[in-house]
Amino acid sequence: MIPAIVVFIYLGIVLYIGIFAFRRAKGKEKAEDYFLAGRSIGPFVFLFSLFGTNMTAFAILGSSGHAFTNGIVTFGLMASSSALVIPLSIFLIGTRVWALGKEHGFMTPVQMFRDRWECSHIGTLISVVQAALLVPYIIIGIMGGGTVLNTVSGGLVPFWFGGAIVALVVMGYVFFGGMRGTAWVNTFQTVLFLVFGAIALIVIGVGMGGYRTAAQQMLSIPALAPLMTRERISPLYFFSYTFIPLSAIAFPHILIFTLTAEKMNHFKRTVILYPLCILAIWLPCVFLGVMANRVTDVPQIRAKQEARRVLATQGKAMAPEQRDELREQAAGDDVILRLLERYAPLWLAGLLGAGIMAAVMASDSQILALSTMFTEDVFAFYGGKARFGEAVQVQTGRIFIVIITVIAYAVALRAPETIFELAIQYAFSGFAALSPLLVAALFWKGSTKWGALAVTVWVAIAVVAVAAFQAVVPAPAPGPASVIWSLGGTEVISRTPGGTAVFGFMPVVPMVLVSALLMFLVSLFTAKPKQSTLARYFRG
Amino acid sequence: MKKVLLVLAVVVLYVLHQDFWFWRTAYPLVFGFIPIGLFYHGAFAVAAALLMWLLVKFAWPAHLEEEVAAHQKQEDAAS
Repeated sequence: MIPAIVVFIYLGIVLYIGIFAFRRAKGKEKAEDYFLAGRSIGPFVFLFSLFGTNMTAFAILGSSGHAFTNGIVTFGLMASSSALVIPLSIFLIGTRVWALGKEHGFMTPVQMFRDRWECSHIGTLISVVQAALLVPYIIIGIMGGGTVLNTVSGGLVPFWFGGAIVALVVMGYVFFGGMRGTAWVNTFQTVLFLVFGAIALIVIGVGMGGYRTAAQQMLSIPALAPLMTRERISPLYFFSYTFIPLSAIAFPHILIFTLTAEKMNHFKRTVILYPLCILAIWLPCVFLGVMANRVTDVPQIRAKQEARRVLATQGKAMAPEQRDELREQAAGDDVILRLLERYAPLWLAGLLGAGIMAAVMASDSQILALSTMFTEDVFAFYGGKARFGEAVQVQTGRIFIVIITVIAYAVALRAPETIFELAIQYAFSGFAALSPLLVAALFWKGSTKWGALAVTVWVAIAVVAVAAFQAVVPAPAPGPASVIWSLGGTEVISRTPGGTAVFGFMPVVPMVLVSALLMFLVSLFTAKPKQSTLARYFRG
Repeated sequence: MKKVLLVLAVVVLYVLHQDFWFWRTAYPLVFGFIPIGLFYHGAFAVAAALLMWLLVKFAWPAHLEEEVAAHQKQEDAAS
């Protein structure tokens, strides 16, 4: 129960931070102040909050779980590619969006698209697609909170109650503190995780009898040795993953956050230190996920390994539902929590549980982004702001936060988690495929609103098509993929144990390439915006 | 010339991410416990930070700051 008490104290602190931010902003019922912290975020908070915003439950629990099953390849797949692509996109796109926001008062990406391409309803469609791809994150954040509280309390806090507490706390500090509260909480959470993550690595290592011994033991067991290499993943799949981090800058909550910096200079430290923050957080998570395979005295971890063994040896003869059930049993998303339970003293397990809770609660910035998009792209755009004033706009944003949190909580209680985990996978590909919108808007004079429409419709169709394909065609047992469509001996579409392959690549690769091609071709043959508009975006 | 070199550096680093040469081996174990494939990608993240430092130092879009400052001056003068 001690870890659960520490986590509750932590939740109290983050709620206080949000309310403190509210007091500080009192009397400033301006939309820019509530939704963008008055574009006044300093360099330290900008770096840690931007990084924390990107560090979701998926990043922390998902990375160690993925490493538990697939080995060290997880770091190269998800972390080192992000260490190059994300800061590069912040450097190239984030700085430009910041400058345009400062100059023209944009508060959402869609406001910029509407102005840049002289469009209205196409902007609304982009906003709707962005929102649809973002909602699963909020639901999975609440589910993650419920699971973590349930685990650290040893089952004393039921899932529904844990999820409700997390939903209430997140809603509370976003409701009161807006962007300022969210940014401060994210900074606090990131620092907490960086400090206690390092301590966890040392404590668990000592508990396991040292990492040297553990690594040697892993390499001496034929079933575990491949986890110390990347032989279970194909190079094409590995290459495909470098397209996924393109999604980061296209996420509305990330792009909106880049508008909060007080000065453009704040981006300098952020882009330089971002890869090192990724290294500091992901390397321990991936390493611990792999090393969890060596732990033999934790019954839950042994049960996962047994499920994995049965799936590998007997999976082919099983029904798809049985395979899915075994996959769920073998999933390692809670291995870090299990290692803490086994090796860390109670008080430290509580602090680390709070750190993990911090990552799980990254849905705060997504809730705020949805509220900003609704009030700016819909409420204000269709006359609400002009008619009712800015104070009502902010109140509408707050009411929207309550509504979206309540709906997300209700869905989180009823729906199976796997559905939303899958939805997040599609969302990453979807946002990556929306990134050509930003590149075209900022760097290509010839791009048009019709090109933007083609990209948006394509992304919506592609995401739904991949989801429907994976729902209809069951995943095969571990081993070679099932070829669904081949042409002249070339495998075009295959169903893999983990998803879908198109010409051997993950779907994100054709999705991004077709998006870029559509933007280019459709823009070539459609009318460009006025010269006066282009002059505001392309000087000199 | 500076810009060309920086673009080249970005492309080279992106290509180096696909390190097929350490694909099927865990050895050597760096510090006695980190498989070489994991260490390589840790070092890759450090290299990415160095590249970002070079970009900030030699290709910082300072004109954007100047444009914003000029725009704010105009607005202040108008109000």
